[in-house]
Amino acid sequence: MTETKMTDEQALAEAGRAEFREQPAPHKPNGAAAREVVERVTELGEETVGDVSCEDPYIVTEKVNVYYGDNHAIRDVTLEIGRGQVIALIGPSGCGKSTYLRCLNRMNDSIESARVTGTITLGGQDIYGSDLDPVALRARVGMVFQKPNPFPKSIYDNVAYGPRIHGLAADRAELDDIVHTSLDRAGLLKEVKDRMDEPGTGLSGGQQQRLCIARTIAVNPEVILMDEPCSALDPIATARIEDLIDELSQDYAIVIVTHSMQQAARVSRRVAYFHLGRLVEVDETDKIFTNPQHKLTEDYITGRIG
Amino acid sequence: MAADRRTSREIVEAGLARRRRKEKLFRATGMLATAVGVIFLGVFFATLVLQGSSAFVQTFIKLDVELSESVLAPEGELDLAYADFDGLVRSALRKEFPEVSGRNERRELYRLVSIGAGYQLRDLVRSDPALVGSTSTLWVPASSNVDMLVKGNIDPTIEESLRPVSDAQVAWVESLRKAGRLETRFNKALFTNGDSREPELAGIKGALMGSFYMLIVTVVLAFPIGVAAAIYLEEFAPRNRWSDLIEVNINNLAAVPSIVFGLLGLAVFINWMALPRSAPLVGGLVLSLLTLPVIIIASRAAIQSVPPSIREAALGLGASKMQVVFHHVLPLALPGMLTGTIIGMSRALGESAPLLMIGMVAFIVDVPGGFTDPATALPVQVYLWADSPERAFAERTSAAIIVLLGFLLIMNLAAVIIRRRMERKW
Repeated sequence: MTETKMTDEQALAEAGRAEFREQPAPHKPNGAAAREVVERVTELGEETVGDVSCEDPYIVTEKVNVYYGDNHAIRDVTLEIGRGQVIALIGPSGCGKSTYLRCLNRMNDSIESARVTGTITLGGQDIYGSDLDPVALRARVGMVFQKPNPFPKSIYDNVAYGPRIHGLAADRAELDDIVHTSLDRAGLLKEVKDRMDEPGTGLSGGQQQRLCIARTIAVNPEVILMDEPCSALDPIATARIEDLIDELSQDYAIVIVTHSMQQAARVSRRVAYFHLGRLVEVDETDKIFTNPQHKLTEDYITGRIG
Repeated sequence: MAADRRTSREIVEAGLARRRRKEKLFRATGMLATAVGVIFLGVFFATLVLQGSSAFVQTFIKLDVELSESVLAPEGELDLAYADFDGLVRSALRKEFPEVSGRNERRELYRLVSIGAGYQLRDLVRSDPALVGSTSTLWVPASSNVDMLVKGNIDPTIEESLRPVSDAQVAWVESLRKAGRLETRFNKALFTNGDSREPELAGIKGALMGSFYMLIVTVVLAFPIGVAAAIYLEEFAPRNRWSDLIEVNINNLAAVPSIVFGLLGLAVFINWMALPRSAPLVGGLVLSLLTLPVIIIASRAAIQSVPPSIREAALGLGASKMQVVFHHVLPLALPGMLTGTIIGMSRALGESAPLLMIGMVAFIVDVPGGFTDPATALPVQVYLWADSPERAFAERTSAAIIVLLGFLLIMNLAAVIIRRRMERKW
């Protein structure tokens, strides 16, 4: 068991604290039903129901625990994520799904009080090991955030930023090529090809989010993490992003956090249900939505909690 | 009991009048406070302009000066250093008023013009030695008392012994005016001369240049150090007891009375490091210390206002800490940092107390030409002139304040413009 203590990285302490606040300490039940649920959680052991393994696993997490100071945010999460599949993480707010996601590219490093134990391997390599720099890791594991966050730069520069800092393009022509291909794959090229020099922040919300996806795939990652990528978008933009996820899933492993059960059902092959920091159930999407094994999962997908 | 209970609607409506009254009262108080502030500001500016505007003009007297060879070059050779230009001015005055005889009367007559007249004559001859032997007509500055009389700051109707100009002088000024030999013109000397004991010759150029050199030293030192410190503290420094201590101290330093910085400068820069006193270099060092906390605090605020989502986006792409800071945080925080710096600079420009401690309060006639030349600064010049007994220095004090305020206004305007220009709206 490796224990990694993050003390160096400091910059995003503020952001980190904001993140920290998003993790409400113990779940506060305000109704009899909810109280009943909580009681059941404590009753119902710590074993994850369903099938945590998958064929051709690429990311393997074993007994991952995350602590924010004294707050035990996720507990003993063991999960395999396969190549070329979309896995959706669902669960009520504060259940630790975002925290788990952010472990996979070590974004939790920037939170000073965060501590991660357990092993996470990417293609067999321990990502918290000393031989893997977070910078190199994040080039392989891209991330799309909840709110579209394009840089206040031109559309071109937004997409070109990643390749530039990693030195992926030898010359301008190659960079142009990467930018165009990425925008094309993100389904944005047609809309922006005549205004590449205009600010990325001038686009609509859905376009901005596709720009962020283009920016992520421009680095040519192996895995894409998406943290509720559609929660700030309207249904039409959401549908476009979902189509895009579908297309991208052929080449990338995609881990998506979502609050929308329909979205999880539409885009993912597997679904993992988190509750109060525990991974309650993982299985094929169809199975989860038609025949959940765990009572909590059933309650959640039928809308009784969450 | 239940029957006579009022409904919530009735209770709300009953309380409405009271709420409205309270709001009205609060608004009135706010307006009153604003009005008081505006009135004080208005009075302040009005006084300044009323008192100071007259210093921007100066009374001049037209004289026909005979640049006689016998006076200027008695031994056949022109010696500008020793030639008696004052004598020429005096004889020109005597020619203007031939009826004046007697030592004391003549002495009074000579006091009509400034001693600057002689220097002006010398400069004229120096620039064109061929003038020697001819008669030149030129406008020379009147003495400060005549200037005050002409501007109405001295009342000629009060008893003679109570005013600095005699009845005879009043009469001469009157006859000069009638002859068209007296004029008020723009006071160029105020902007081209250094300090002087004679108000009519005193100018703010020396102080202006002193302030200019000081601000250069300050901006060159304080801006990079302040920004670097802010970036380190905000982005790189671990958060622990030490960084808390540093933060508290920086915030406290911003509130330390400025004279304390002057004492520090005196002890460290002059006594220990043996830098020259009265020099803009030392002044700039002291003002850097003074403005550093302001710049650091403003820069940190600017860095904090950069949205975390931008940092996350860059980090998520695999940018290193350094790249996040220099590619994203710094460009977005720069307008705020520059605004903070300019505001710090304008505070430094208006500061006089610490400069008193390091000897920049000396009477310095020469305009400083470098960072180690003795100099004063604008606010110190205001202090020096405000201390002078001559009536004419009062208006010059106001004029210097107007110039100082003008520069502060320009700097604050620059801060606003930089903010507007550089702030990315997208």
